[in-house]
Amino acid sequence: MIAEAGQLALTFAFALALLLALVPLYGSFVANQRMLLLAKPLALGQFIFCLLAMLALIYAFRTNDFTVINVAQNSSSSLPWYYQITASFGSHEGSMLLWVLMLAGWTALVAQYSKALPLLLQGRILGILGLICVGFIAFSLFMSNPFARSLPFFPVEGRDLNPLLQDFGMILHPPLLYMGYVGFAVAFAFALAALMGGRFDSVWARWVRPWALAAWLFLTLGIMLGSWWAYNELGWGGWWFWDPVENASFMPWLAGTALIHSLAVTEKRGTFKSWTVLLALAAFALSLVGAFLVRSGVLVSVHSFATDPGRGMYLLVFLLLVVGGSLLLYGSRMNSVRSQARYQLFSREMLLWGNNIFLLTACLIVFLGTLFPLFHKELGLGSISIGEPFFNQMFYYLTIPFALMLGLGPWVRWKQQQLMPLIKPMAMVLIAALMLALGTLALMQSVQANLALLGLLLGAWVGVSALAEVMLRLKQFGSVTNGISKLNASHYGMTLAHIGFAVLVIGVAMTKTYTVERDVRMQEGDTAVVAGYEFTLQDVYELNGPNYGGQAAELDVSKAGNYVTHLHAEKRFYRIQKTIMTESAVHARLSRDLYVSLGEELPGNAWAMRIQVKPFVRWIWLGGLLMALGALLALCDKRYRRKLTGYNQANA
Amino acid sequence: MQPRRQKRLVAVLLVIGLLTAAVGSMLYALQQNIDLFYTPSQLVEGLGKDKIKPVVGQRLRIGGMVVEGSVKRDPDSLKVSFDLVDTGPLVTVTYEGILPDLFREGQGIVAQGTLIDATTIAATEVLAKHDEEYMPPEVAEALKGIRHVPPSQQGDVSRQNSSDNSTEGRY
Repeated sequence: MIAEAGQLALTFAFALALLLALVPLYGSFVANQRMLLLAKPLALGQFIFCLLAMLALIYAFRTNDFTVINVAQNSSSSLPWYYQITASFGSHEGSMLLWVLMLAGWTALVAQYSKALPLLLQGRILGILGLICVGFIAFSLFMSNPFARSLPFFPVEGRDLNPLLQDFGMILHPPLLYMGYVGFAVAFAFALAALMGGRFDSVWARWVRPWALAAWLFLTLGIMLGSWWAYNELGWGGWWFWDPVENASFMPWLAGTALIHSLAVTEKRGTFKSWTVLLALAAFALSLVGAFLVRSGVLVSVHSFATDPGRGMYLLVFLLLVVGGSLLLYGSRMNSVRSQARYQLFSREMLLWGNNIFLLTACLIVFLGTLFPLFHKELGLGSISIGEPFFNQMFYYLTIPFALMLGLGPWVRWKQQQLMPLIKPMAMVLIAALMLALGTLALMQSVQANLALLGLLLGAWVGVSALAEVMLRLKQFGSVTNGISKLNASHYGMTLAHIGFAVLVIGVAMTKTYTVERDVRMQEGDTAVVAGYEFTLQDVYELNGPNYGGQAAELDVSKAGNYVTHLHAEKRFYRIQKTIMTESAVHARLSRDLYVSLGEELPGNAWAMRIQVKPFVRWIWLGGLLMALGALLALCDKRYRRKLTGYNQANA
Repeated sequence: MQPRRQKRLVAVLLVIGLLTAAVGSMLYALQQNIDLFYTPSQLVEGLGKDKIKPVVGQRLRIGGMVVEGSVKRDPDSLKVSFDLVDTGPLVTVTYEGILPDLFREGQGIVAQGTLIDATTIAATEVLAKHDEEYMPPEVAEALKGIRHVPPSQQGDVSRQNSSDNSTEGRY
């Protein structure tokens, strides 16, 4: 009953989306104010019905309604209640509904917070978002119905949620990631609406910026959480695998990062216009590529969903329509847009342009590396895989010039910068970075020319430079204390995000260089020494959880005779899905993680154990978190909330 | 030339230079990192129309079913060896480390490693799918219509790697 109500709600949402896609857009071309005014209530209504559909699905999961195929395949009555809720978006169908809900949510937000926008633009933006909603709601309704029933024959017990997804990280990961993916639809709609109207200026850029920033913020958080989840849950100690699905989320992130930087130029200097629009189109197109890769089953990966050629075909056609349509509009309108502002070779414009080039090159590398095996196979050249070394090597080359430029960027003025005044502060930053990097390695008693030194140098260069620059800006207000409240929130945001990047680079380089990993055979009472830590296996015993059994191992860790911590690693056997999961034990500190996973039982009453000591691995997620915080700070900037009265009057 | 044009030229040349360097190094790195996929019979008989056999020392991926009773463990370390099969000849895989949770005899796996002699591979990574009926898609394709394709996977190639939320474990 409730499931049918959910389906009905989704159908209503579809109807509203259709109206939203047609009426305001038509109204914008015939200049009908009443049609344009309809956009807002339609957007809100659509969101409410999507929300009702999602609630109905959650209800079906909570009440163990196994007549619904989706519930029967992804939940069970022994599943804890919070995982029953997350199971509602753990499957292909459910996650698609969540995606639709997010899209409707963004649309409603745009409708709510776009009072300052001219009515014409507002109607067009909402109309375009409506068009995208139509595509996705139709997909959910006709290709992957989450409410489909299996009556009259239905199972008495569900097949349980995939044990990998039974984790706290999984509760937050998909919603955040989808918020990011779908959020770029807003920037996309802004770009298309501006293309229709043919008006691009810094005011337009100021409207788009917070939306692009918000989407980027969610995507950053989502990716970081996914990485953290993989680290905890795959029992392998890896935090990034260059898996096709990870790459699918990384591509829009790279394009989105380029977009928020390019938007800065468009807002401040009124230039880079066509470039910015192209990036806004690209970021969303790459989100769609990601959706296609994950949901069509063309790539086999850790998180690929069940494959269905029909779904893949639908998404491919949708993707081609969106990309083709927007590029056509872009091509026909962009000729007339000219940027007037001039700038010299050594200026902030040029450095930001360099930033964009590097980010897009990175994006291209990920794109090729992900899709190359696919083409190779389709062309009949045999199955291949492209290993992690390819990506690692390419990003190694890219990061060096990118980080060097990033350290310089904020110091350089718009339009034109003389070289001489920068030499002194940059030399100071360089000396400080050298001292920091060498000092850290000296503390670890390992001063060598290796990846860690390079990472520390680059990280310290970016971090120190960002801090020094913000101090300089504060001093320009008279005194530092005076300046703290006067400097823009977005400036603090930028600084924080850049420091986040520095922290991330340091974390990656240190983890890559100094991780010690050993697979050992241990009996009870055995001690293994890894990187100076003594791991003693105390006990292995049987486990008895709500929907799983298995074994647990208890270890004591000490260093140089001093007790450090106690670790508890599990090897779970999930009864319904008949799968084995490794629940690794992690002892986290800012300077290092101790990571133990329990392997298989070996003959002779022994166990295989994987023991790892991973220095600075926390810094990777800390860096991502700082970047996201930076975006949040930038979002709080007052200028995005200022009423744009002057502009409105000019257009009234 | 006007200074403005000159600047444009410098910028364009810079882009072209960067792009060339990027694409060049990318193709080079790509070439170094392509691992071809073989099934045991392809490894022994050669791959494709030209029957190209891999050379000793080559990095590759192999996928097949673990032969029942072939798993041999070293009593004092984590060294293990097992045989893989698809339709004909056997290939031996050696590995040191923890096998994936779902590694079982009779189960389909994929191993990444280097060829050390004509029928032996030293694996650096062993992957198994979190699914009882899992067979690497390539193996399923090679086996199709011959034998032991589970009933649920018969008839539709694209469904062969399907299961709800199928998940490849990496350990």
